[in-house]
Amino acid sequence: MIGTLDSKTPPGPLAQKWRSHRDHLRLVSPNNRRKFEIIVVGSGLAGGAAAATLGELGYQVKCFCFQDSPRRAHSIAAQGGINAAKNYQNDGDSVYRLFYDTIKGGDFRSREGNVYRLAEIANNIIDQCVAQGVPFAREYSGYLGNRSFGGAQVSRTFYARGQTGQQLLLGCYQALCRQIAAGTVQMFPQTEMLDLVIVNGQAKGIITRSLRSGNIDRHAADAVVLATGGYGNVYYLSTNARGCNVTATYRAYKKGALFANPSFTQIHPTCIPVSGEHQSKLTLMSESLRNDGRVWVPKRKEDREKAPGEIPDADRDYYLERKYPSYGNLAPRDISSRAAKEVCDEGRGVGPGGRGVYLDFADAIKRLGEETIRERYGNLFEVYEKITGENAYKVPMRIYPAVHYTMGGLWVDYDLMSNVPGLFVIGEANFSDHGANRLGASALMQGLADGYFVLPNTLPSYLAGQMGKRPSPDSPEFRKAEQDVRVRIEKLLNVNGTRSLDSFHRELGLLLWEKCGMSRHEKGLREALQEIPELREEFWQDVRVLGSDEDFNQSLERAGRVADFLEFAELMCGDALERDESAGAHFREEHQTPDGEALRDDERHAAVFAWEFGGDGQPPKLHREPLRFETVHLAQRSYK
Amino acid sequence: MNFRLKIWRQPNRKSPGKLVDYDLRDISPNTSFLEMLDILNETLLARGEEPIAFDSDCREGICGTCSLTINGEAHGPDHPGAACELYMRKFRDGATIIVEPFRVGSFPIIKDLVIDRSALDRIVQAGGFISARAGSAPEANSIPVPKHDADLAMEAAACIGCGACAAACPNGSAMLFTSAKVSHLALLPQGHPERESRVLKMVQVMDAEGFGNCTNTYECEAVCPAEISASFIAKLNREYARAVLQRSAGE
Repeated sequence: MIGTLDSKTPPGPLAQKWRSHRDHLRLVSPNNRRKFEIIVVGSGLAGGAAAATLGELGYQVKCFCFQDSPRRAHSIAAQGGINAAKNYQNDGDSVYRLFYDTIKGGDFRSREGNVYRLAEIANNIIDQCVAQGVPFAREYSGYLGNRSFGGAQVSRTFYARGQTGQQLLLGCYQALCRQIAAGTVQMFPQTEMLDLVIVNGQAKGIITRSLRSGNIDRHAADAVVLATGGYGNVYYLSTNARGCNVTATYRAYKKGALFANPSFTQIHPTCIPVSGEHQSKLTLMSESLRNDGRVWVPKRKEDREKAPGEIPDADRDYYLERKYPSYGNLAPRDISSRAAKEVCDEGRGVGPGGRGVYLDFADAIKRLGEETIRERYGNLFEVYEKITGENAYKVPMRIYPAVHYTMGGLWVDYDLMSNVPGLFVIGEANFSDHGANRLGASALMQGLADGYFVLPNTLPSYLAGQMGKRPSPDSPEFRKAEQDVRVRIEKLLNVNGTRSLDSFHRELGLLLWEKCGMSRHEKGLREALQEIPELREEFWQDVRVLGSDEDFNQSLERAGRVADFLEFAELMCGDALERDESAGAHFREEHQTPDGEALRDDERHAAVFAWEFGGDGQPPKLHREPLRFETVHLAQRSYK
Repeated sequence: MNFRLKIWRQPNRKSPGKLVDYDLRDISPNTSFLEMLDILNETLLARGEEPIAFDSDCREGICGTCSLTINGEAHGPDHPGAACELYMRKFRDGATIIVEPFRVGSFPIIKDLVIDRSALDRIVQAGGFISARAGSAPEANSIPVPKHDADLAMEAAACIGCGACAAACPNGSAMLFTSAKVSHLALLPQGHPERESRVLKMVQVMDAEGFGNCTNTYECEAVCPAEISASFIAKLNREYARAVLQRSAGE
């Protein structure tokens, strides 16, 4: 199935690639579109936008989500904003700069062609969202406002208070609702995809389970789009919603789709620190807070127990400002996270357990007044107070890095199609645009770019050759896939052991956080690769899942997801071990510069690592897609 | 901290349900309410009893999945905030806590504390959108929106769609929910071309779904985790009257 791994990036000058590519994509005429059925799994920014837009174009769309409403997809929780190079601030921004910042932020491990297209389309996204009624922040003139985000020296982030993801998703959900009412999109809430169906080498359907009734169904289509988000919950504790999982993409991987760069996970620097062993999730404090907050720890270990107000300025180490004077508190996420870990490892961390750093607003409050700070970040301060019981207007916030986003995902070509023809992957579920580290306010940009503007152009080009080729859901491939799903569910229910799901998930999460988290080394990864299969073995011997499969059964839902995480974790660690360099968020301790920054090995590793499933119990096979840089010059990232 | 919990258990929509007592010990005050339920479920599992079904997702107050009535209040005692933002330090040690699902005729119970709120989706499907197809939008700054209008639209748009408003209302009214969407879109110039048809259709579906009417008790506003103001209900009424008048005048 897999020939050479070709990104199919169009030839020609960078700025012309997307335009000239579109000129030559194949089309489906309006009166033929209703003859095609498209499955979209996921209803977040990418999936919701894609389903709505394909519906607008006249295709018959089936959209699936595990939540009880498409409006609850996890995109809703994105806080800070969305980037676009509108240059409304007249501060020197341009499409090229957004492209360059993104590719540099990703530590030169993404494709030039994809990233340039993303930067180009970003402007259309803002136009589209405003037309839909997204209430972005505005200035007194009535024109749109911006704020700054990490990894950029211009102010290009559009935002709706601290709820930008919510507002963009609701815009997208409303467009989806319009299509549902128009009958072009059929919505399947509380329905989980449990397998991908491949017929004659092409993705032609999925097997689903209704979380409400337990019914297993076969759905056939002309193409399948996965927009199922990231897999940060493999670590158990993350900023992801509880339901986020790897199942859809992992099932596709087991059916032959390549999984690219699975070890590239983003650890977000500003989250509320872990407080106790029963914690079920970590809460993000938006990166936008770093516009006005200053990050520090005491200079001396002895001071870490003191109240922050008792530590004079001279005894504080504003370590981001010290180490990265030109970006300061707005250094990119991977760098800021590692810097926080470093000062805590030195014993200078604050708060219970010494795993925290201060994010201090005292200077900003003095300069701008409490009212202005309240207007900018009021809701975040409220969230902080609810969780910690502390008032951040009076005492500095305590923050610590937490798992937040996964840059890795299913491998796709320039058209966002995986190596399995007919299987498209968009949003966080693919690997395409963020390289080894995503910049803030770029996830929303990518999800909407893929959903509103890229996929609706590229998918028809595939469909144009597929007229009349949709198989029956009764064909043997579908029956076989359904049978496999049923067998697996039965197996989960029949283990009847003694340990709870959460206990396995927690143990896996801690193991990964220690050995494949903010920094990794060969020894730890080799240990993890030993321990994960042992834990998985124990899971299948001793897990306890109660209830029946013909019912609303949340334990069974989670059991399937944890089982997939237990397999997927091994792929992550294998990838982290194979990538014998540091790049962005992937920090291999063996490879660092004298001052502790990530040291890439462009000679050997300027490539996408794409893994092919080798069969149960067999090692996966590595395919490498070399990254070619025609426009940018590969450089050591510097934010000093 | 120790607690006595009385939790609504109901196997499915058709079977009757009842409150069941559970005792829980040694809970840290920094545990969230939902984490407390997680702990309870772990102990149930260890005893071989089926865990309590309850819905949650983001656990940070934005996805609107939580649907718990705690001691008779939608989302519990710590307003404004969703149940997932409630921490055990808000309760007295030794307290008895009653946990039920949101109780609204239009939100049937699926199991235990999990309800079906698809009626809210259908209200939005009736017209809670601006028909701007992807690709058709003009340059974003070509239509200035006065800051005050944009801010007010944002206040309405902040609704998380949890349905607490209907759960708190003695009439089971979803007027706060519907008014938030109608107001958000009516306040923006982009929403004006569909302004009349939107409010008429949304109100029609809201009524057809069996939600009650507003009698100004303001319980909705009191429990709303997104602090949506009940004044938007007045705005909804004005928008509705305006649309009816325009229609009757033959426009």
